[in-house]
Amino acid sequence: MSVTDQDIKYIEKIVEEKVRKVLSERKKRMALIASKGTLDMAYPPLILATTAAAMDIECSIFFTFYGLDIINKNKNKNLKVPSLANPAMPIPLPNIIGALPGMTSMATMMMKSWMSKVNVPSITELLDISKETGVKLIACQMTMDVMGIKKEDLIDGVEVCGAAGFLEFAAEADITLFV
Amino acid sequence: MKKDGHKIDQVIDCRKLSCPLPVLKVKNAINQMEIGMILEMIATDPGSVKDIPAWVKQTGQELMETAHEDGHFMFLIKKLR
Repeated sequence: MSVTDQDIKYIEKIVEEKVRKVLSERKKRMALIASKGTLDMAYPPLILATTAAAMDIECSIFFTFYGLDIINKNKNKNLKVPSLANPAMPIPLPNIIGALPGMTSMATMMMKSWMSKVNVPSITELLDISKETGVKLIACQMTMDVMGIKKEDLIDGVEVCGAAGFLEFAAEADITLFV
Repeated sequence: MKKDGHKIDQVIDCRKLSCPLPVLKVKNAINQMEIGMILEMIATDPGSVKDIPAWVKQTGQELMETAHEDGHFMFLIKKLR
């Protein structure tokens, strides 16, 4: 019995359908890196991650360097907005004034009051929602060692791993963002 | 409750809430509903005009109706899966 062109076409069609089915059933994935420890930079990864989870997109956030402060339970309630070298402040501040003592707290207070006026959840609320909706929070082992942060300093439900652990997830991601 | 002939099974109020809360609340509500049921959501966040259709498309639900009145946005969503 010989294989005809028709047989090959038939097999190709079946394989193509199977592949398409597997691809369409696979959940979309998003891999985020949170590398900044300021209040304004803590929001974007958490808002994107919680929304992704609501859209049935599997999501992991890799917290590295100063981004670890977002999941550090001793620090994440006091993240601040820098008043220095921030030309995008709604009330433009010359750097020389931004450098004065107390200006960082003032900028932070201003931002917190705008955020609560329009009912944006707080960082800790967003972290709770993230965990409830299955967003994977990953702390970078190497930066924890560098900065002397222990697992006990982090909020509950955080995984700790290195770059390879995160990249394994990110390699299959449809969206990858560095914040 | 009936609206334009549709039987509404649940209503959620997302007025005065900002991104990402309206989407998260819709997701939560839909999770607790059964297939075929209809959810009505009311929001004031202008972002929801684009966000809710995007969410519906991504999650495979059906957006049956939208309306805009006095700064309020209304969405009727049918749970399909």
